[in-house]
Amino acid sequence: MSDLLIMLAVLAGSFVAGYVLISKVPVKLHTPLMSMTNAISAITILGALLLFAAETSPSGKLIGMVALLAAAFNVVGGFVITDRMLRLFKSPPRPGNSK
Amino acid sequence: MMTNSSHLLADLAVVVLFLAGVAQFRGVRGARSGNLTAAFALVCSVLLVLYRHRMIDPVYAGIALLAGCALGWWIAVRVNMVQIPAMVAFQHGAGGVAAFLVAYRELTRTDGSVTALGAWSGNLGLIIGAATFSGSLIASGKLANRIRQTPVTLPGHNMILLGLLATIGILCLPAALAPGGAPAAALVALILVSILLGGIFAVRIGGADMPVLISFLNATAGLAAAFCGVSIGNRLLAACGATVAASGSILTHQMCLAMNRPLARVFLPLPVSRPELNGEGAPLPPASPPAAAQEDPLSAAVEAARQAATVMIIPGYGMAQAQAQVETVRLANRLLEMGKQVKFAIHPIAGRMPGHMHVLLAEAEADPDMLVDLGEANPEFQNTDLAVIAGACDVVNPAAITAAGTPISGMPILKAHEARRVLVCNLDGRPGYSGVENPLYSSPNAILMFGDARASLQRLLEGLDELQAATPRPESVISLGG
Repeated sequence: MSDLLIMLAVLAGSFVAGYVLISKVPVKLHTPLMSMTNAISAITILGALLLFAAETSPSGKLIGMVALLAAAFNVVGGFVITDRMLRLFKSPPRPGNSK
Repeated sequence: MMTNSSHLLADLAVVVLFLAGVAQFRGVRGARSGNLTAAFALVCSVLLVLYRHRMIDPVYAGIALLAGCALGWWIAVRVNMVQIPAMVAFQHGAGGVAAFLVAYRELTRTDGSVTALGAWSGNLGLIIGAATFSGSLIASGKLANRIRQTPVTLPGHNMILLGLLATIGILCLPAALAPGGAPAAALVALILVSILLGGIFAVRIGGADMPVLISFLNATAGLAAAFCGVSIGNRLLAACGATVAASGSILTHQMCLAMNRPLARVFLPLPVSRPELNGEGAPLPPASPPAAAQEDPLSAAVEAARQAATVMIIPGYGMAQAQAQVETVRLANRLLEMGKQVKFAIHPIAGRMPGHMHVLLAEAEADPDMLVDLGEANPEFQNTDLAVIAGACDVVNPAAITAAGTPISGMPILKAHEARRVLVCNLDGRPGYSGVENPLYSSPNAILMFGDARASLQRLLEGLDELQAATPRPESVISLGG
């Protein structure tokens, strides 16, 4: 029962914390934000890794490998693309006189 | 693995690290380190799992992990900025696959350790993950122009969706009522029906509503991960999934606000409110061309640009599609050099995902101070001499204000029609994805340069060059010596 309560607290707390923090993100960063949260949602990679912590059948291994591959693709792809996008954005404190 | 306090502390530390990464997105300066912080947090959480659990098949896991990382890297460094929305949608799909496969394995465990809570959330993770997977693939196909972007409505579309939902409800019962070792066949059927649901749900969403769909899929991908986390009893997974779900919900909500339509109207459009769009068969603009179209549009555009003191440039999806962001920014800089006041007016749903235009203009090295949003731009249009529309239609369609009962009625628009002259660099005079005729095209103030936006802007830039060559500034005469 305490497990259930902890889980519910974790879910609710993270949702609220995420909501508060993300409300402050400016519109111009929404694309990189979505790209980064997309990479974070591939945290299912933990679940995929845990599939390899128990004995399974060959088909179980195959499913685990596909899950791990998809999650790893999502993690690395997401963070790398976000970084590429953010490198394009210039820091704001520069004089407005562009050449 | 649960109430061990050191484990709890370590998990908490990683979650705080993740949130610290998200918190740095408040400004452009911190965003890059925010992203790296989140990536570091993810590596930490993977290391935590590896430290706590012995891998039984490290070789298989290692191969899949390396292959996934290599593939992600390989694609991420190659994709161009115009393809970002399609790529992000595709990755939502990859997250969905991982979520439903993990949930499937958890639900088919036969060691009797699956609790009722685990079974329920596992089912939810499975359904949402599978539906996110197929919905994202459709969205990605539409965003990459592999599938037609026009909405596809099946006969009885709502009934089909309802039927699929009911089927999912029935298929869930055995797995949820008898936790542990649910029949694999029922789960596979559940996955297939959910995949069908996601696909049929997404095909009806048109190109212009993509910012809402992609934000929604962002939220569901997070939700699927969160339920997976609850199901396997992993707090980190649950916490991160919930954070992402919150983020996606906020973006979805903001996109709906920008369109002034409730989410239900975007996803379940009334059959009457959306005119049939058949791609090529879409109605053409009225046969009588506006007066401005009689004269040569290029010379009219050059002349309007020469006379204007204040210019507002409005980029839209057409700019992305024509990859005209560099030309758009060159035009802006060119007009600045000519001593004009130039700004970019960005509509929140311009493009195909939230913030799409900002990324493209940043790529083309536009001065970020020149970008203004809807609220800032609209009061200025009355004092704007020239509004340049680079591939935008619905977001500047005055019918949203003047006409009632159209799909875009009530949507806040950029009031380009209030500017003294309006230069339209769109592909053609057909309506945007809303299917609503744009009266701007037949306005006497409009100069229509139909065709590829990139080519049109290039011609305009050349026209401005010729104009300058014809009236050389004194210093250039001296330096060139005639």
